Amino acid sequence: MSARRLVLVGHGMVGQRFLENIAQAKDRFAVTVLCEEPRPAYDRVNLTSYFSGKDAQALSLVPEGFFARTGFELRLGEGAAAIDRSARTVTTTRGAVLPYDVLVLATGSSPFVPPVPGREREHCYVYRTIEDLDAIKAAANVSKIGTVVGGGLLGLEAAKALKDLGLETHVVEFAPRLMAVQLDEFGGRLLRKKIEALGVRVHLSRNTTRIAAGESARHRMLFADGEHLETDVIVFSAGIRPRDELARAAGLALGPRGGIAIDGACRTSDPAIYAIGECAAWHGTIFGLVAPGYDMARVAAQQLLEAPAEFAGADLSTKLKLLGVEVASIGDAHGNTPGALSYFFSDERAGHYKKLVTSADGKRLLGAVLVGDAGDYGTLLAMVQNGLPLPAQPETLILPAHEGSKTQGLGSELLPAGATICSCNNVCKGALCAAIEAGATTLGALKKSTKASTSCGGCATLVKQILDAELRRRGVVVTNHLCEHFPHTRQELFHLVRLGGLKTFDEVLVKHGRGLGCDICKPAVASILAACWNEFVLAPKHASIQDTNDYYLANLQKDGTYSVVPRVPGGEITPEKLIVLGKVAQRFGLYTKITGGQRIDLFGARLEQLPLIWKDLIAAGFESGHAYGKAVRTVKSCVGSTWCRYGVQDSVGLAIKLEQRYRGIRSPHKLKLGVSGCTRECAEAQGKDVGVIATEKGWNLYVCGNGGMRPRHADLLAADLDEATLVRYIDRFLMFYIRTADRLQRTSVWLENLEGGIDYVRQVVCEDRLGIAAELEAEMQKLVDSYECEWKKALSNPETLKRFRHFVNTPAADPSIRFVTERGQIRPAQRQEKDAPAAAAAELVS
Amino acid sequence: MTAGVRWSYVCRLADIVPNTGVAAKIGTEQVAVFRVVDAQSGAEQVYAIGNRDPKSGAMVMARGLIGDVQGEPVVAAPVYKQHHALRDGRCLEDPALAVPVYPVRVFEGMVLVRNLPQSENP
Repeated sequence: MSARRLVLVGHGMVGQRFLENIAQAKDRFAVTVLCEEPRPAYDRVNLTSYFSGKDAQALSLVPEGFFARTGFELRLGEGAAAIDRSARTVTTTRGAVLPYDVLVLATGSSPFVPPVPGREREHCYVYRTIEDLDAIKAAANVSKIGTVVGGGLLGLEAAKALKDLGLETHVVEFAPRLMAVQLDEFGGRLLRKKIEALGVRVHLSRNTTRIAAGESARHRMLFADGEHLETDVIVFSAGIRPRDELARAAGLALGPRGGIAIDGACRTSDPAIYAIGECAAWHGTIFGLVAPGYDMARVAAQQLLEAPAEFAGADLSTKLKLLGVEVASIGDAHGNTPGALSYFFSDERAGHYKKLVTSADGKRLLGAVLVGDAGDYGTLLAMVQNGLPLPAQPETLILPAHEGSKTQGLGSELLPAGATICSCNNVCKGALCAAIEAGATTLGALKKSTKASTSCGGCATLVKQILDAELRRRGVVVTNHLCEHFPHTRQELFHLVRLGGLKTFDEVLVKHGRGLGCDICKPAVASILAACWNEFVLAPKHASIQDTNDYYLANLQKDGTYSVVPRVPGGEITPEKLIVLGKVAQRFGLYTKITGGQRIDLFGARLEQLPLIWKDLIAAGFESGHAYGKAVRTVKSCVGSTWCRYGVQDSVGLAIKLEQRYRGIRSPHKLKLGVSGCTRECAEAQGKDVGVIATEKGWNLYVCGNGGMRPRHADLLAADLDEATLVRYIDRFLMFYIRTADRLQRTSVWLENLEGGIDYVRQVVCEDRLGIAAELEAEMQKLVDSYECEWKKALSNPETLKRFRHFVNTPAADPSIRFVTERGQIRPAQRQEKDAPAAAAAELVS
Repeated sequence: MTAGVRWSYVCRLADIVPNTGVAAKIGTEQVAVFRVVDAQSGAEQVYAIGNRDPKSGAMVMARGLIGDVQGEPVVAAPVYKQHHALRDGRCLEDPALAVPVYPVRVFEGMVLVRNLPQSENP
């Protein structure tokens, strides 16, 4: 079979995609491509980036050597002038006559220029090709003001270009709002506000009637309402028109509003001719987006490769960033479907607007508009496209997360599929669910297949929650068993340990578990033992179950060194102690950094240095800060009424008392507290597990706040408490959490998963509904009374100190630890710095 | 380099806290030696693998928590917690991250490690 002669007219994005699709069968076609532009296909969608530094080469879509490899012939700067369908030939603009067996038209579109008198004046442009951009760029050099006619998607792109070129930028739009096709009135208004905040002037409902010579600028645009605008450059971007003139002249059928009529196979009324992209009209519709064009390219190519496919229309949903503002429009954004209902959420301060359009029965999502934050685009689009059932309260999809307390107990199930769960490895909830669907039904398998939670591990709890929820949804019985070694939840195990008087991991394992244990159950049991009996964590019987941080009472860093954080209660520190910290850091060559918890972290300590460092610190009156433990960390405070003009209570004093009371208490996860001296909340107490805010009458107690990965505002547990009651409530709250939470479950997540939510916590803590308040207080008091500084204890025990060496068989230090100097301090050498030849390694500090 | 294959003394078995590891310097190599004791049966086993954590590059494997996954004795690397089988050094989560395994034995209470890995890339 000899090769079929195929002529492709137009080498734009869609044309190139078509060529790539048939390249796999390159020997079956003799392809000639006519490209009227002087350069091969380039990325028109990202044309604006041409102004922000990308050159024409970088925009090119043609892979290196594509034409040489395929043998396709590309004729640059040569368009098609006529088609002779009976002779099956195309005559080019240079007069060549090309015979074809198959003709593919991918002629694209041209910008629509409204028939305004004066539009032919100099420095009036369209925004379509690299040549257009070059001309606009040149004009900008001799101009001050630029105006775009058209406030749609392309118009705003053009406005960004003008702004990037340093022009005072205006957008003139005929409709009463920006992006009238995609956005509703509120969305358009917010977008306008945001764009104007960036310095772009927006003129709506302006019908340009004439362009004349200007007085202060080159042109004067006259509007139908009598107003005018002076500008030096005008860019028309008021929509597109399909390039159907060749087809029209050849007698091919056209769509009612222009465009070359095609069927589902992308075939025109002449079966030897296909049309794809913006020049084609499918059921009368012209798709001005690249995705449907690509789909047509695929369908047409499949037809020719005898693997028929069907073009079935395209969703016109879009998500884009216009002038830095995220905008998305999905499905029936305007609620045109009969009976459609709408939900709105607008936060003018943050600049967010979200709207849902649902079916009349509220069960299906029909469309959505997102401005300012289009993060939910993927989820919402999936819901529209797949007809997924809406939650009973559809508004929860667009309400901010902290409102989630109203839908208690749903936790991770509320997160949209597009929500990023693991930011290190960019894994969204949807990807996790897909992996679970594909068989990754254990936490380990899920981590392995998605890479979620394999870097920093901060999302491990959330990943587990999603796994449990997904399995539950699939009818799989979910056990909250700690791990394969213990068929119990952490809460059950806590009670078994306490009631059974079990004092060591081995006792617990022999009595209630199996196997050797693992890195999940060992630290969990260690934490339970500490919360129940508060014995020294490094006692020989407990040492082997401590995670490395607890084992060495310091925080392991990526290079195998540790960081040291002495306690600084309430963040209050004397100059003398500050000097000691500085001196210790100097003596041991440590990197110092202020932490978020108002302390000082000393990095780069080798194992064998830890006891020496602590000897100095303890001599100066410091004690362990427990930064290494799943334990009470800090009580952050503002300066309070002692100094502050606005403070109403002594927040520092209370913070120190609280920190000294709860310091080092082991818990399911780390605990952070905060005390603010007035309602201005400078200590950010509402972002803490326990937050206290001073009032005129006493203290307000907030619980279960969180910063970090999933920020959550704390809930008010009780108001206007005196100090004694406050402490009692905190005792009860903390102990209740320590007893009942899962391992590594922060208070915020614990609350979200607690049936009854904050009201239930209030009943237990403030109203003593379970009758355990006295018990909780007593347990806490026991922990408070048995507190010992772990480092002081460790230093007094020579057996324990033996462990603080790198090698068991030599006192030598770990030779692999290397530092380099950066900004006047050490930092770990990177792998390539370590591998550097000896001469360069001289810079290494060891 | 076929010469110099020999057993090196690391420490007394009693020097290793049960169910923990220690690092040893064997020539220029760092070896992590673990003493694993089954609480149920009292059975005891010593393992030796490379001390270098292949994921972080830090010399810290000896500081990992010991346990088992479906009965397979493992150590969890302390930096990123991936599990390595103590018997053959392979990583349970990522086959690309194996660590070398060293022959190890206990002779009259002394822990001895042979100074060459069984293979360079198990």
